[in-house]
Order: sequence, then C-alpha cells, then structure tokens
Amino acid sequence: MIDYDSALSSRVKGIAPSGIRKFFDLLENMDSNDAISLGVGEPDFVTPWHIRDAGVYALEKGFTKYTSNAGLAELRRQIAAYMRRRFALDYDPMKQMVVTVGGSEGIDIAVRAIVNQGDEVIVPVPSFVCYGPIVELVGGVPVYVQTRAENEFRLTAEELKAAITPRTKMVILPFPNNPTGAILERSDLEALAAVLRGTNIIVLSDEIYAELTYGVHHVSIANIEGMKERTLLVNGFSKAYAMTGWRLGYVCGPQELIRQMLKIHQYAIMCAPTTSQYAAVEAMKDGDGDIEMMRKDYDYRRRFLLDKLRGAGLECFEPRGAFYMFPSIQSTGMTSAEFCEQFLLKEHVAAIPGTAFGAGGEGFVRMCYASSLANLSEAMDRLERFLKGIQGAGSRE
Amino acid sequence: MNTELLSLLEKDARLTPAQLATMLGREEADVAAEIAEYEKNHIILGYPALVDWTKTDDELVTALIEVRIAPQRGDGFDRIAERIYQYEEVESLYLMSGAYDLAVTITGRSLRAVAEFVHARLAVIDGVTGTATHFILKKYKEKNHLFAKLPEQEERVLFV
Repeated sequence: MIDYDSALSSRVKGIAPSGIRKFFDLLENMDSNDAISLGVGEPDFVTPWHIRDAGVYALEKGFTKYTSNAGLAELRRQIAAYMRRRFALDYDPMKQMVVTVGGSEGIDIAVRAIVNQGDEVIVPVPSFVCYGPIVELVGGVPVYVQTRAENEFRLTAEELKAAITPRTKMVILPFPNNPTGAILERSDLEALAAVLRGTNIIVLSDEIYAELTYGVHHVSIANIEGMKERTLLVNGFSKAYAMTGWRLGYVCGPQELIRQMLKIHQYAIMCAPTTSQYAAVEAMKDGDGDIEMMRKDYDYRRRFLLDKLRGAGLECFEPRGAFYMFPSIQSTGMTSAEFCEQFLLKEHVAAIPGTAFGAGGEGFVRMCYASSLANLSEAMDRLERFLKGIQGAGSRE
Repeated sequence: MNTELLSLLEKDARLTPAQLATMLGREEADVAAEIAEYEKNHIILGYPALVDWTKTDDELVTALIEVRIAPQRGDGFDRIAERIYQYEEVESLYLMSGAYDLAVTITGRSLRAVAEFVHARLAVIDGVTGTATHFILKKYKEKNHLFAKLPEQEERVLFV
C-alpha cells in the first residue's frame, strides 16, 4: 500500500488549507433557491460582446497554435500603449513584459524568480489569499503586516519599516485591495518609496483592481521616482474588462527580472491561451468605454451598499477601490465566522469572514458588490432583519 | 445637462428617489425635484414595463409598416404623422430618411386586424402614397433587454 503522506512534498503539505472550507461546504449543501451570494469576488458583467467576438473570430480563423512565450507581439504593444495611456508608465513591449495566465501566474513567477529559501516577503493583510502560500512553496517566509481599520487599511511607511529585516527580499503591495477596498494614494506611495529606495528590495505591486477606483485615479508605485526599476507590476484583464474566465494577465518590470521570469513561464506554462490573447487585443484597442461603464455601475452600487450597511448600524469605512465592502461586525459580539455562518443559515446570504484574508480580518466580513442592485437591496433587507434578530436574542439573555 | 439620472431611470424606472440619491451621492429631495422637473417638461414621457406577450395567452401580432407620403406645403410630414399617431393601435411612429418616409409599428389581436387597419385606415389617409407591411415574427431584443433568458454558467465553489 502506498504511503501518500510521505509521497507528498512537505512544503505542499505545510500550506494551510483555506480557512473557509467549512463555510463553502455549508454553502454547497444549502438547498435553497433564494440564496444570494456576495461571496465570489468577480464582476457580474459578461465580457463585452466585441471582445468575445474577437475571441470567436480568432477561433474561426484557426488561430489555435501557441503564441510566443511572452505573448502576442500585438498584444504586448497594446499593453504598452495602455500603460502609457491610463497610468503614464513606459514599458518596452518586447523586453519589459510577459503575458501570463491571469494575474495569479504573474504573482507566482515573480515570487519564484526573486525568492530564495529563507528569504522574507512582506505581505500586508488582510489581502488576497495567494501570496503567503506561493511564498511558502518556494521556501520563502511570508511576513504578515497587519493594516488597520483606523488607517483605512492602508499600509503605512512605519509599518513597512518595522517589518523590514536583512532577509527581506520582496514587498507585496496589493492595492486597490481585496478584501478591504483600500487604496494607496500618491502621498502614501511616496512615503513607502522613501523606505524602499535605498534598499535592494523588490516590490511586487498587484494592481489587478487599478481600473476600479472611485473619485480618485489609481497611481502605481512605479510612478514614484526611483521605484520603477525595483517594481514588478502585475495587472490583468479579469477585473477591468470582466474577463475572469479568460485567464489573462501580465507583468511589467525591469528587463533583468522579466527575462528570468520568462524562463519559468516558458517551462511551466509555455504561453497564455491564444484565444484569450486575441480577445485581449480587442479589449485594449476598444475597451476603455466598457471599463468606464462598468466602473460607474460599481460606483452606484458601492454608494448604495455603504449607505445600507451604515444604516443597518454596522461600522464601515468608505472603500475607494475594487468592489468590496469590509464592514466591522464587532458590534454583534460574534466572530466573523459565526456571523457569516449564521447569516447564511438564517438569511441565505453568503458573505466571507474577514479571517479568510489573514490576521486583522477578525471582526470584519467581506461583501462583494459586483452583484445586481436588486440582489444587493434584498441582501441588505435580510441583513437588517438578521441584525434585529441578534439584538432581540441579546436582550432576552 | 447632466444626464446621469436619466440614464439610470431609463435602465430601471423603479429606482426610488431615495435609492437614486444614495447611488449618485446626492440629496433625496434634490433628486425627486429633478425627476418632477423632467416629468413636467416631458423629458421623461412615462414608465412602462417591457412585456413579452408571447408568454401570455394573448396572441398579439405586431407589424412594422413602411409608409410613403407626399409632404404638404407648410406642414411637411407632421400633419400626416399626426393623423396616424392618434390611432390607439399605433405603438410608435418615426420619420425616416431613405427609401420611405414613416415607420409605423402597430400591434393588433390578429393578422386580419392589422391588415384591416392598414387598408381601411392608414392607406386611405390623404397624402399617403403607398404602404408596405412587414409582420414581426420574433422579437429578440427591445430597449436593451433580451427576450430569451441567457443560460447561466455552472455553479462554482471557488475562492477569489
């Protein structure tokens, strides 16, 4: 009989399973057709038709072979033009970028290219769940830095400075942030840059939500003086163009780093999906209007949900990016997990416990507002009822 | 004129002034006043529901009728248009560029009712020089809404 336990890599076994597995089992087994999910973090829009059509057309023409490892030259030229147009950043399409399978692959190959056994990687939390495990897979050590609600979940220069040691190899900057909706503005970035400029630390800036900011234009850390040379900028098509299932992203950065990342990409992946790349060319050529339309719509819902959450008596800072609300549920006296479980069981609304996104998430829940206004409205009616029920139960005790 | 409020209402007329105010970051009274102004100035004409009648027991027939007319001195096309749109049956009426002048859509209880309207009422109006009636076989999309429900992707359990 084979001993699977010893057959498996100890690094893989060492990765903690997602903390919300139990929660998903609940969701999966729920026999209810009135369930509303504010759980999954992806656009509720279907990819705009002209982009889908470009994918279909590529298939009709028989463009079904591999592309260059780094991606279609035309797509890289479009990405370069896009970065210039939207974020005032200049990257050489032939030397300073690689097209990846979603932003996720970009994060993976960036970490693999930079981090040695025992190197430390600073990861602000709460944040998207992938950074720590990817760092651990290469033998690196994630150093979690807790951002705080009173700072609107921004990473401060002091917090960053305190986390840096001689072993620090990389800092991950996941802003605009999933799950908090926090952003970093130019002044925040200037302060972080002042800490990093004299060092040999690489910044991995995950800017997948760059197009989804409200009332303020996104600034990249690469826009700050002296930072472009030490920044790997990850972006992609999923959130901006509602293209999550196409699995397409890209990394821009210094040629010396990209060249090494390209080696991993070419051996592990070969190239990003060809159909998706053709669709993406169309997205970048003619998709600015789609981004604006969707951003506007998210903004309506953002205002709506924030108003409802506060109206229901939950404390919530105003998120300025991505499409998440991160209200505090501390006033209920419940833990995040208890709250989400009860809310799901009693009212059939799925939200994600803040603890799923790392330390500092306790006392908060994530609600994704990329859902129809009718859904959000109904979910908030149920929230109000749910909270009243808790108060009622509390007063009886 | 900032048309954001109008765009929102055109998409969903059931949004209340309170909801609209929250979504736009404005005061409710302010939004209500603006809507009242639009109604008064006939910028907002009405708030109808889009109905797919094929799913009901009413078997209605819709036709698009091309109408050619001889414009009249002084009134152009308007005088004849007025004589046409006053009929209850007429759903919409547009003045067109191109091969014909007026596009009329009418909905009737039967083919015969529509045909009756065309030859007994429309074709005999002074100044109408010709008509061509096209029956609508199937509606796919109207006012940005699809008649068919698109299939939904398989339910997923994933964490992003």
